[in-house]
Amino acid sequence: MTGWVGRPITRFEDDALLRGAGHFTADLPAEAYLRFVRSPVAAGIIDGCIAPDGVMMITDTDLASVPPIKPIIRKFGYVPIAQPVLARGVVRYTGEPVAAVIGQTEEQAEDFADLVSLNITPAPVCVTAEAAMAPGAPVIHPGMADNIVVQTALTTPGYESANAKAAHRVVTKIRSHRQAALPMETRAAHAAFDAATGRVTLTCTAQMPHLMHRAITAMLGMAADELRVIAPDFGQKMSLAAEYVVLVWAALRLRTSIAWVEDRRDNLMASFHARDIAIEVEGAFDNEGRFLALRGDITANVGAYAPYPNTAAVEPLMSFTELPGPYDIGEYSCAARGVITNTCCSAPYRGVARPAITLAMERLLDMAAMQLGMEPAEIRRRNLIRIFPHTTPTGLVYDNAAYVETMEMALLAADVPGFRARQHAARARGVYLGLGMSSFCERTGYGSAAFAARGMDIQPGWEHVDMTLDGDGVVTARIGASPHGQGLRTTLAQIIADAVGVVPANVRVVHGDTDHTPFGWGTFASRSLVISGGASLIAARKIRERLLQQAASYLEAADADIDLRDGYASVTGTDRRVSIAVLAQVHGGFADDGFYDPLGTFSNATHIAMVAVDIETCMVRVERFIVAEDAGRLINPMIVDGQIHGGVAQGIANALLEEVIYDETGNILTISLADFLAPTAHEIPAMTILHRETIADATMTGAKGLGEGGTIGAPAAVLNAINDALAPLKVTINEMPATPARLHAALRGTK
Amino acid sequence: MKPCAFIYHRPSGLPEALALLAAHAPTGGRVLAGGQSLVPMMAYRMAQPSHLIDINHIATLQGAAMQNGALVIGTTTRHAAFKTGICPGPLGAMLGFVSSHIAHGPIRNRGTFGGSLANADPASEWCLVMVTLGGRVMLQHASGTRMVAAGDFFTGVMATALADDEMLTEAHLPWGQGDQWGFYEISRRAGDYALAMCLVVYRLDNGLMRDVRLGIGGAEATPRRLAAAEAILAGQAPTGPNFIQAADAAAAMLKPMTDHNVTALFRRDLVRAAVRRALHHSLNHE
Repeated sequence: MTGWVGRPITRFEDDALLRGAGHFTADLPAEAYLRFVRSPVAAGIIDGCIAPDGVMMITDTDLASVPPIKPIIRKFGYVPIAQPVLARGVVRYTGEPVAAVIGQTEEQAEDFADLVSLNITPAPVCVTAEAAMAPGAPVIHPGMADNIVVQTALTTPGYESANAKAAHRVVTKIRSHRQAALPMETRAAHAAFDAATGRVTLTCTAQMPHLMHRAITAMLGMAADELRVIAPDFGQKMSLAAEYVVLVWAALRLRTSIAWVEDRRDNLMASFHARDIAIEVEGAFDNEGRFLALRGDITANVGAYAPYPNTAAVEPLMSFTELPGPYDIGEYSCAARGVITNTCCSAPYRGVARPAITLAMERLLDMAAMQLGMEPAEIRRRNLIRIFPHTTPTGLVYDNAAYVETMEMALLAADVPGFRARQHAARARGVYLGLGMSSFCERTGYGSAAFAARGMDIQPGWEHVDMTLDGDGVVTARIGASPHGQGLRTTLAQIIADAVGVVPANVRVVHGDTDHTPFGWGTFASRSLVISGGASLIAARKIRERLLQQAASYLEAADADIDLRDGYASVTGTDRRVSIAVLAQVHGGFADDGFYDPLGTFSNATHIAMVAVDIETCMVRVERFIVAEDAGRLINPMIVDGQIHGGVAQGIANALLEEVIYDETGNILTISLADFLAPTAHEIPAMTILHRETIADATMTGAKGLGEGGTIGAPAAVLNAINDALAPLKVTINEMPATPARLHAALRGTK
Repeated sequence: MKPCAFIYHRPSGLPEALALLAAHAPTGGRVLAGGQSLVPMMAYRMAQPSHLIDINHIATLQGAAMQNGALVIGTTTRHAAFKTGICPGPLGAMLGFVSSHIAHGPIRNRGTFGGSLANADPASEWCLVMVTLGGRVMLQHASGTRMVAAGDFFTGVMATALADDEMLTEAHLPWGQGDQWGFYEISRRAGDYALAMCLVVYRLDNGLMRDVRLGIGGAEATPRRLAAAEAILAGQAPTGPNFIQAADAAAAMLKPMTDHNVTALFRRDLVRAAVRRALHHSLNHE
C-alpha cells in the first residue's frame, strides 16, 4: 500500500512565491512608520535625547510602565538580565534602540531619526569574552561583577582515573567567530489599531506567534483578546523583538496603523547574532584510538542582553550538554560559561551552538587520527556509538539510529582511496586538495521535559492541532506551530492525507495566526515536523476512526472492510464506495484534536567536503560536498534535500565567509552585504545527498527532525578538509570562518 | 536605508545636463550614471545629493567606436556592452574578459564605464584598464572641455581630478601595443571587490616582450603602472622565471592598503600572485 508519505510532491507553498505573488509584512500599507534611533557607541550613559520640534519621539520615559524583557532559568547560576525595550539611561551595545520616531513615510521617519540629538558619554567597553572576564573589567550589568551570566561544570565520577590511563592525549582549541542569520526577510512588523473593537493586529515576522502574543500582552497590560498576532516568517525570529513591543504600544497610543521594517544595516547591527564561541577540548585515547575520556572548556560571548524566551544561556548550555556528540564517551569533564559583553545579543540561529561543538570534536578526532597514524574515518569507526538507546554523560538518551552505517555510506560515495590518489598527484604539481569529514547527531523534536531540565520558566515543548473534516471533503488542520519556509503545509498534508484517506491537495494547514490557531510554540529546534506532525497524526487518526464507523454504517459493511483512500471510503473487494465529502455531510462534519509532547529524537549525518586550497592567494574552493543523513522516515524527500542544501550552504558560509566583526571600541564593521559575505551560487558546490531511514521509535511518525543538520555538520567538514589539504605544510587552522587572512597568517610561517 | 530627499532631473541632451550641473553642483548636485555605487551610498546616507542629474537618457553618451587608433567610449556605455567584444581584435577580447570580473550580471547591465571612472574605487577594473593602457578622459562643463590623462585623473581613494561642475563624458583608450594581454583578479567571492588585480599588455618581437605595460589595481589607493616590473620584462622572453622576477619586483615596490579583511603584508603576497598569474594568462587565454 503506497501512501502520500515518502513521495517528493511539490510544495504547496512555492506556487505563490515563484510567481511573485507572496505576501510580505513590508507590503502592508500603514498610516505611520516608525524608525529607531540607535546607540552609535557600545557603552555609555545617555545624557540627553532630544527630538526636533514637531517630531513625535518615544523614549524610555514614555514606556515607564512597560516592564523589561527578562527571561529566566532557575539553574546553572543564571543571573537574570533586564532589557528595557528602549534603553533606560545606559546603552550596552552599538545599535541598541534608544528612541523611536514616527513619520508618515519610512523616508521621513529616517530623516527624523537623523535629526534627533542623542548625547551619550562613552563608558569603557568589553567586546570579547576574554576582556569581559578579565580582573577589573567594567561591569556591564549591575550585580554581575564578573560578567558571567551562566556557568556550569560536570566531572563524571570515573573521569580522573580514565583520563590517567590515556595512551594518547590530544588537545585542541577551536574558535567560532560571530555569525548573523541573515534572513531574506528582516524583522518587520505592522501594528494596526481597530477603533471598532479596540484590538491591535500585529502582523510580524516571528517564529513563535503565540508566545509573542503572550509576552506583548503581558508587557503592555493588554487583555489576551486585545491583540491578534499574524506571523509568517523567515528565520532569525525565535526571540521577542523589543521593537515589536514599542510598535504595539505606539499603535495603541496613536490609535492607528504603524509599521516598522528593519533595514539590512539595522538587521546586521542590531538584530540577533550567534555562535561567538571558544572551545578547548582534550581527548584521552587508548592505544587503539578509542576515547577513554573527554574534557571540554566552553566560553560563549552572548552579547549584552538575554533574548526571550531562551535567555543568554542557550549557547553555553547546549555546548556543555551535547559536546560528546555521536561518540561513545563514558567519562566527561566539562565547564561552560556565558559571558556578557558590549555586543549585540546572541540568540538561537539554525544549529545554535552545534556547528561550534561539532568543529571542536571533529578537529579533535582528525588530530588524534593523525597522531595515531590512522585515516580519519577509522578513528570515527572505532568511536561512533553502535548500541542504542545510549545514555550520554550528561543524561541525554539517543534513540535508535545507525551512526556507523551512515558514515560508511558517505565514505563509499566519496571514494576516499580515489581522492587520496588525486590528492597525492596534485601535491606534486603544487595543488593542495583536501578531504574532510564530520559526523554528528542532532537532538530534535524535544518536548517539555528537555526545557524543564534546563530550568526554563517557559517550556516550549508540546504542540496542539485542531482538525476538522468538512462537507466539502477538505481537512483543515489548525496548528499552533508556525512554519518559516520548511514546507510544513505540504508535509503535514501528506501525513494527514494518509491517515484520514484524502489527497494532500484537500488538506488545508492554517498557521501563524493567533485568532485562528490553538496555542502552540512555533518553529525552532528541528521540532515542527516531529511534534506538530505527531499531533496532526493523532488528530487525523481520531477522525479516521470516526470516518470508518460512518462509512461502515453508510455502506452497510464491517469497519474492518472499509478502505479510506484519496477521498473515498470503499468496501474492500467490491465496487461499493462513497466519497468522504458525502460522509462528512451526512455526519455534519468531523472535528477532533491532537496533542503531542515527545521526549525527543536524535537524527545524525556524516558530511564530507572536498576542497582545493590556493596557498598563494589563501582562497578555498569547495569542490564537492557529500551528505549521508538519517532523519528517520522521510515524509517528503524533496523537502529533505532542500533543507540539507540550504543548511549546507549556510554551513559553508560559516566555515569560509560570514563573520560579524567589531573593532576594539565595539563599533561594528559589517553592516552591509559588501562586508558580511553571504555565499552565492558560485561558492556552493553541487551536493550529493544520501539517505538512510532508521524509523524512529521515539516519534509518532517515525520521522526525526533535520532542519538544522546541514548547518551543523558542514563547517567542521570544510575545516577538516582545509587542514587535510595543508597537512604537508604542517599548518593547522581551527578558527572559522577560515578566511584568506587567517589562512595567510597560518601559512606565512611556513614559506 | 532610504535616501534623503533629492530633486531628480532627466536631461535629454548634453548641454542641458551640463547647465543643470553648473546650476546645482555648488549646492550638492551630482550626476547619476548607472547608479550602482551612488545609489547604495545614498541608501546608507553616505551620499546625500540635493539634486540628481540622470544622464542615462542622453543618447550621445552611449556606445563606443574606434577613432585614430583609440577606442572612444561614451560615458554611459554599460559594462555588459563589453561582454561579447565591443570592438574587434585583442582590445575587444581583453575588455570583454575584464568586464566579466565586474560584480554580477545585474550590476553589469546597469553600471557604466564612465561612472566607474568617476567613482574611482581602488578596486575598479576599468580604472586599472585606463591607467595601464595610458587612456585619457574627457571632462566637460558648461563652458569648456579638457582632456586628462588617466594617470593624473585618479588622485586617491574615490577621488579624482573632476571638478564639482564637470562631467566625465568620454574615455579614450589607445591600443597600439600589440596583441598580448593578460589579466588576473583576486577577490573573496565571485564578483566581489578586487583585493588585488593585474593587467599586463605587451607585444612579442621575435619571442621577446616589448612595450610592456603592467598595472596593479585594488592594492593601493589608485591603480598604477609599475615601471620596475615592466623594465624587468622588457626585452626578455615570456618565461616563468622572468614572470616570478617581475612579480617579486611589483610586490616589493607596492605600498598596499590594509583593512579588516586583508593586511598590507597579505595584500603584497596577493599582488605577487596576481602579477605572475596575469603574465601566465597572457600566454594562455584558455
